[in-house]
Amino acid sequence: MKTFKLLTLLSSLLTSSIFADELLNVSYDPTREFYQEFNAAFAKQWKQQTGKALTVKQSHGGSGKQARSVIDGLSADVVTLALSGDIDAIAKQGNLLPADWQAKYPDHSSPYTSTIVFVVRKGNPKGIKDWGDLVQSGIKVITPNPKTSGGARWNYLAAWAYADHKFGGDQAKVKEYIRALYQNVPVLDTGARGSTTTFAQRGIGDVFLSWENEAHLIEKEFPGKTQIIIPSISILAEPPVAVVEKNAKKHGTEELAKAYLAYLYSAEAQDIAGKNFYRPRDAKALAKWSGNFPKINLVTIDKEFGGWGKAQKIHFEDGGTFDEIYKGR
Amino acid sequence: MSKRRVIPGFGLSMGFTITYLSLIILIPLAALFLKAARLSGAEWWAILTTPQVIAAAKLTFGASAAAATVSTVFGLLVTWVLVRYQFPGRKFLDAMVDLPFALPTAVAGITLTAIYAPNGWIGEYLAKWGIEAAYSPLGVFIALTFIGFPFVVRTLQPVMEDFGSEYEEAAATLGAGRWTVFWRVIFPMFIPALITGFTLAFARAIGEYGSVIFISGNLPLKTEILPLLVVGQLEQFKYEAAAVIAAAMLMASFALLFLINLLQRRLNWQNH
Amino acid sequence: MSQRSVTTESAVVRFLLIGAAVLVLSLFLLLPLAAVFVEAFRKGWEVFLASLHDEAAASAIKVTLLAAGISVPLNTLFGVSAAWLVTKFKFRGRSLLVSLIDLPFAVSPVIAGLVWVLLFGARGWFPQTAMADTFAPAARFTAWLAQHQGFGWLFSDFAIWLADPKIIFALPGIVIATTFVTFPFVARELIPLMESQGSDQEEAAVTLGASGWHVFFRVTLANIKWGLLYGVLLCNARAMGEFGAVSVVSGHIRGETNTLPLHVEVLYNEYQFSAAFACATLLAFLALVTLGMKSVVEHFTRHTSSDHK
Repeated sequence: MKTFKLLTLLSSLLTSSIFADELLNVSYDPTREFYQEFNAAFAKQWKQQTGKALTVKQSHGGSGKQARSVIDGLSADVVTLALSGDIDAIAKQGNLLPADWQAKYPDHSSPYTSTIVFVVRKGNPKGIKDWGDLVQSGIKVITPNPKTSGGARWNYLAAWAYADHKFGGDQAKVKEYIRALYQNVPVLDTGARGSTTTFAQRGIGDVFLSWENEAHLIEKEFPGKTQIIIPSISILAEPPVAVVEKNAKKHGTEELAKAYLAYLYSAEAQDIAGKNFYRPRDAKALAKWSGNFPKINLVTIDKEFGGWGKAQKIHFEDGGTFDEIYKGR
Repeated sequence: MSKRRVIPGFGLSMGFTITYLSLIILIPLAALFLKAARLSGAEWWAILTTPQVIAAAKLTFGASAAAATVSTVFGLLVTWVLVRYQFPGRKFLDAMVDLPFALPTAVAGITLTAIYAPNGWIGEYLAKWGIEAAYSPLGVFIALTFIGFPFVVRTLQPVMEDFGSEYEEAAATLGAGRWTVFWRVIFPMFIPALITGFTLAFARAIGEYGSVIFISGNLPLKTEILPLLVVGQLEQFKYEAAAVIAAAMLMASFALLFLINLLQRRLNWQNH
Repeated sequence: MSQRSVTTESAVVRFLLIGAAVLVLSLFLLLPLAAVFVEAFRKGWEVFLASLHDEAAASAIKVTLLAAGISVPLNTLFGVSAAWLVTKFKFRGRSLLVSLIDLPFAVSPVIAGLVWVLLFGARGWFPQTAMADTFAPAARFTAWLAQHQGFGWLFSDFAIWLADPKIIFALPGIVIATTFVTFPFVARELIPLMESQGSDQEEAAVTLGASGWHVFFRVTLANIKWGLLYGVLLCNARAMGEFGAVSVVSGHIRGETNTLPLHVEVLYNEYQFSAAFACATLLAFLALVTLGMKSVVEHFTRHTSSDHK
């Protein structure tokens, strides 16, 4: 508060307005293309509404790393990350926003969703159709390291959900499936885009577990080389957004930040989301882009795993099931 | 003791060196150790003795030592050729030695992977022989050699350039063969610089992250390096645990550096 | 001719050695470099030039040059001072000091970034909010200076920084992280060199009544100029290419806190492979330019020093 007062004082003194409308959106890796387009749309709308020019500054990186940066002082006005767990951490460890942040916007503060699909080589030479095929011998699976990548955790949980349903909750069999799956993984990159490179550019592996929007981007960037396979079951990924209230207050950008996130739910933004292969919440936009989004049986993390906090603890923390399946290899 | 009296500037250089060292290196590292010290000895032990950490430590230190050794041998050869001989393209090759520094480590990692991956320029041929270069401990070794190589050359080069031919001539006049002259006269003069180069390459390799993670494959217990485990801890928001691994790495490398520096001092004493 | 044969090898040995060295360099250095250039020009000249003309690229170049421009001179000063201390004097703890100087090499870039976060992060020892309170009077004073005493441009920026003193996730953090990582380069280059030269010349000069600075500039500096130059070049190349540590403290704000290596990563992650490698070639060019400068200096000094003798 003190800082804010001093800053306003200074800016009025020095006329060089440091508050020309500016917003810092700290986001994760695969949203670059989407936010580039969305920012332009919102800036135009903001100008119409307020007459003020707006610059949205973007920062992209691994979701966990970005959350850590915000906790340690990166002055984000809004965060748009991959996992609610990462924003929870900002609330809990950084005290920068209230613990009930996820109730501030509709749909768990996730204006768009995504899921995990398979990317295989053109023509699907290994005949991969579903999760069960991934554990056959001779199949090489590409996925990032769940210890360092948010996307990789979604992959892991989607596989777990498949096995859980298939084996009727028999934990030993589920673990055996997961162990067999990761035995087929020759490279665990640290991030989702690293894995994309390994699969698409290096030509390693038969199947790549990928974000749905990434899978479409790969088809665009490496035309004619890959195709998408929709598994029988997958997980609903809800990338959440939130205003970092403490920072916004300090910068005097609260209203702007709120308007920015609210606009994500507008018809225009939902359309942009669909265009960039994120599943829109808005029924109309979803219908328009339905060609991109085949129906999948999607489980949610809350129902299947009891929320992020629990899933993180059981599966990914040191000594969790991910470590366990690698033991004694 | 009388030496101290003769050459001036002890106080000034000591004062500046210690102050700067403290500000840039010691205080920040103290912050790291204090963070790690929040955990008890038992917790330290628990973190450092997980199979992942032990496997990663073996790989990190082993591959670093191997890479530094190879860098030193190649470095000696390359420096000798660059300094002693004239041939077309010499200046260009000399300039190239710094490439691993100038190339961002991530680019180095991506590029090396592109070359050594099974569909890469070299990896293709290695694959025919059944050698997995990328995504194996060998890949870690390759990346670390690439990173460490210039240290040896650039440490040795000024020493070699300053090295006059008087000694060699004297030895040769006394009837020594070229081979003997090299091993008995020239090589011992380069030992301090070679050890320094080895140390630098080795130390740098232990901490290297950016280039290795692309080529190693990061398989738990097999090709994970220690810095990756630090990042893994940070991803779980476990700053203390990350600091513990980092602090242990630091202490181990410092002990090694200290031993090597002592060894070098001993050798210098014998030389003079 | 006979003299030559005693200080060099037979033609066959020379040929073999050169061949081996060229082979090693080709495999280890030229091949990666070639790969970088091939990738950079894969989509042709236009894409190559366009990616360097980009606004974000320009900002990244600026940040990189600034960071190197501040950290390299600082570390050079330190390197000379430390090398003088360690090689001209005998004192207790000397080996310890040399090892401490080496230490930053062994610090993983990830950790080299982390330590600054632990110090200046929001939950660190010197968080931004606490520093803002401490600096508030200074900020007001600087703002007053900016209004009344001219130099407005200088003081107003400074006043704004003092009111909201960002270290990490801003330029100062990038500078200190770079300084940390490149800390030992100059010192490490000079120490073995000065060690092998001994201090007889300096001692003689001092005995003849020369002052300390005089001895340093006239005797020592002349002897160590090559090592110093290599050290500075190395330090500079590494400062511009540093990735890991800077990545931790930069915050990755596009057009603001991205250095050239970070920009390369950003582009790569946007599937703009050619643009990414184009910027990487820029870093390789910087290395070539510094090396070119070295050759010029070498040529120049060889000339004057031979005149001297």
